[in-house]
Amino acid sequence: MSVASHTKNNLQSDQPINYSTTQLLNYTTHLADNTLILAQRSSAWCGHGPILEQDIAITNISLDILGQARNFYQYAAQLINQSTNQPINCSTIQPATEDALAYHRDSREFKNCLLVEQENGDWGKTILRLFLFSSYQYLLYEKLQHSNDGQLAAIAAKALKEVAYHVRWSSEWVIRLGDGTGESHQRMVNAIDELWPYIDELFINAGYEEALLEDNIAVDVSALKEKWFEKILPVFNEATLQAPQNMFAKTGGKQGIHSEQLGYILAEMQFMQRAYPNSTW
Amino acid sequence: MIHEKDITEDALLKILETVTDPEVPVLSIIDLGIVRKIEISASGSLQVFITPTYTGCPAMDVIKTNIRLVLLENGFNNAEIKTVLSPVWTTDWMTKTGKQKLRDYGIAPPNIKQQVCTLEAFQKDEAVQCPHCNSYHTHLVSRFGSTPCKALYKCDDCLEPFDYFKCH
Repeated sequence: MSVASHTKNNLQSDQPINYSTTQLLNYTTHLADNTLILAQRSSAWCGHGPILEQDIAITNISLDILGQARNFYQYAAQLINQSTNQPINCSTIQPATEDALAYHRDSREFKNCLLVEQENGDWGKTILRLFLFSSYQYLLYEKLQHSNDGQLAAIAAKALKEVAYHVRWSSEWVIRLGDGTGESHQRMVNAIDELWPYIDELFINAGYEEALLEDNIAVDVSALKEKWFEKILPVFNEATLQAPQNMFAKTGGKQGIHSEQLGYILAEMQFMQRAYPNSTW
Repeated sequence: MIHEKDITEDALLKILETVTDPEVPVLSIIDLGIVRKIEISASGSLQVFITPTYTGCPAMDVIKTNIRLVLLENGFNNAEIKTVLSPVWTTDWMTKTGKQKLRDYGIAPPNIKQQVCTLEAFQKDEAVQCPHCNSYHTHLVSRFGSTPCKALYKCDDCLEPFDYFKCH
């Protein structure tokens, strides 16, 4: 099966194709990595949440996000395995699997945004990161569910309902903590200062996103920025928090240039599969 | 043993009815509404299409294995179990019998009217009926319960805590 005819199978319309499977794979991997790393980070709270119900909540949310990651990786693996005519630049051995993509790639191959790999910090910082990212994901999936790529659209439509719960839960916590005690407020202010440099990157299209815009495969993230502020500012306002102006922005995650954090995450997450390849339990 | 070519869809549904949700064992996968399509080709090969309830539901892998096992027991050696994501599953796909079984089991079934979660913080939810004493005087303890599909509630009349199968 040729690359073009394969790609066409996943398309909902019969338009000419102006992109390569590698670009589609990179985009799918980017979406997968965002969710895997955020799920890995958030799930570290399992057993450590402030109270039982919230411990269960953050763990459930991590599970939802991990489910998204699995769907994206399964699709990415399918793209790799079907592209026999045009080998894809990917270090994993064929046949690719969702696990191989999660466990056998190095930091430079991960295309997640820098925001999701930042340290958990305290409960406030974890909540804030989830709120900022879920609000972004909500807008992203709202558009992606209309993508011309049928599989990406289906994953997004499915995930959107769950992300709505994540946005609501995390925004309630942002308000509670921001408009809470002097200490909880100060902690939220600190969390905003620490996370804000990673916001701009969410709204800058990477090369693989640009390449997929014309065929309406990828979502133009630069167009989401204004709407994102419209979503988060009312919550900040109610939480008596302020969004910083003109803060220095860090980028590079989407191109594989990460902060030192990612190495530690991968070392922990990939250890078993690196030490005992293909082990199961 | 049934010959694969001769089987009807109804007979297959009966077989699949015996596969239950490992998290909520009173519900069969038919009650849950996650079996989308069964295809029996002229050559006798069988394909079962299922859809996940929640994206990250860990029960899906177990359910797939159990479907394969029950089909093997009934002589279908080459059945394929495929996952489809679209159209998206909602609690409206759950059967009436399924909802009744949930209530009898002590889990409040999802409200019938499709209630889409909006982003609004601290919004008031539709009243959920206590599966033990049928009171509507209940309150949400946590939106996230023992599994992704359930929320934790408490009855203000009989004071029993209970699970609510979230409207999704």
